[in-house]
Amino acid sequence: MPDATDEPRSPAAIYAAHCRAGRLAYPAAPDGTPVWPPSLVVPGTGEPVRWLQSAGRGTVYTTTALHARDAEPRNVAIVELDEGYRMMARVDGVAADAVEIGARVSVRFGDPDESGARLPYFALEPGA
Amino acid sequence: MSGLRASSAIAGAAESDLGAVAGGMRPVDLMVQASMRALADCGLTLGDVDGLFSATTQLPMAPLNLAQELGIRPRYTDATNVGGSSFMFHVDHARAAIAAGLCEVALIAYGSTQRLVGRSSASVQELDPWETPYRPVMPVTAYALAAARHMHEFGTTRRQLAEVAVSARAWAQRNPAAWSREPLSIDDVLGARMVADPLTVRDCCLVTDGGAAIVVTSAERAAALRRPPVLVLGAGEAHSHRHITGMGDLTRTAASESGARAFAEAGLAPADVDCVQLYDAFTITPILFLEDLGFCAKGDGGPFVSGGRTAPGGVLPMNTNGGGLSYCHPGMYGLLGIVEAVRQLRGEAGERQVPACEVAVAHGNGGVLSSQATLVLGTAGTA
Repeated sequence: MPDATDEPRSPAAIYAAHCRAGRLAYPAAPDGTPVWPPSLVVPGTGEPVRWLQSAGRGTVYTTTALHARDAEPRNVAIVELDEGYRMMARVDGVAADAVEIGARVSVRFGDPDESGARLPYFALEPGA
Repeated sequence: MSGLRASSAIAGAAESDLGAVAGGMRPVDLMVQASMRALADCGLTLGDVDGLFSATTQLPMAPLNLAQELGIRPRYTDATNVGGSSFMFHVDHARAAIAAGLCEVALIAYGSTQRLVGRSSASVQELDPWETPYRPVMPVTAYALAAARHMHEFGTTRRQLAEVAVSARAWAQRNPAAWSREPLSIDDVLGARMVADPLTVRDCCLVTDGGAAIVVTSAERAAALRRPPVLVLGAGEAHSHRHITGMGDLTRTAASESGARAFAEAGLAPADVDCVQLYDAFTITPILFLEDLGFCAKGDGGPFVSGGRTAPGGVLPMNTNGGGLSYCHPGMYGLLGIVEAVRQLRGEAGERQVPACEVAVAHGNGGVLSSQATLVLGTAGTA
């Protein structure tokens, strides 16, 4: 389990540490081009990535509502952040099947779970 | 040009028991069954097999299981597992090994008991720090996300998706081995239980047991065997990602690369193809592959399949066994598509036979639109 006092090394630990602090971070090439999904290196060049902070705003690239037999439908989406990368996420605050491609969203962070991890999710921007 | 065009042929092909197999059957039992049937089909014996190719979700070292059961000591072995397209990769690798003299008779086999044991225990779910927390039920979530994006970009409709399922069912009604043969309409598909918007349960492949095997050898040796040889005129493989968020553009697959390679090697074009077996894990997938293989322009896959154009009597017979949607889907379907292409090219497909079938495409997909491999197959006359 990652410890906040440790210096994070793995992409997963670095990402999680930022999330615990309420920041949405992403790895990038030296020129700032985002790398997603996260990796130790820049795909294609092998250069080490550096981590940058996203402003946490983006657009729904695609979306689905998963229907289970005994539960309300829930949303899974891919959000394109304004920095230019696409991450899997959930859009909350609206019916799972009412999320529209192209909608503007901004990041929120859930309450810490028992391990202290906080999961980023997205909400529709007001007036969107 | 690789120099491999028409150098190898599929000499034998067979299914194992399909659908819901007998209690206690293991994946390797289905591989053994299909292997012995495929060898009998071409008149070869276990003693002839010196190359072994196998994969299944349930056995990470599948060729070891199969060789033990068959009592063979192959001098060339390949356990490539890139999902449901693995067997098209195997054919590509087998023909190279045969041409290089590394083996002479390659057995390619698959078996799955996912219905018997339950799908969740048949497939390892990889955990990913950036996807798993959102609980995407895989693989259907990935395909739903691709379908939704295709609808958004190109105006593809749910009715057009449903056409793929209805076409598959019409073919399945002509295949005694198909799992689902009752009539199916577009409205039935649209009104079925929603699984992952926009895909209903009828937009999703079956969950069955099943397996298959083929025997690949040199074209020269195949010509002397008891069945008409099916030549491998061209083969192409490609892969682009493992996770759906690694795909980038969800409407463009690496089938454009695998297909271009296979057609270039064959010296043929989509217009030359008499029937296609395109991996139909979900109704969106054949639409994507028709576009990316060049049967229609990007975005035109929905109109292309509309009005029964891929159904019996249509312009392009597609998934003539009923496909993963209506015939059989044990989890890694690709090899069953190859078996159907072989039967069509041999003219032994019975009530579903495509007239004058000389060139067939078998295209496999694996993972979440991740791995793509295309075989262009032909009769002896196409060499």
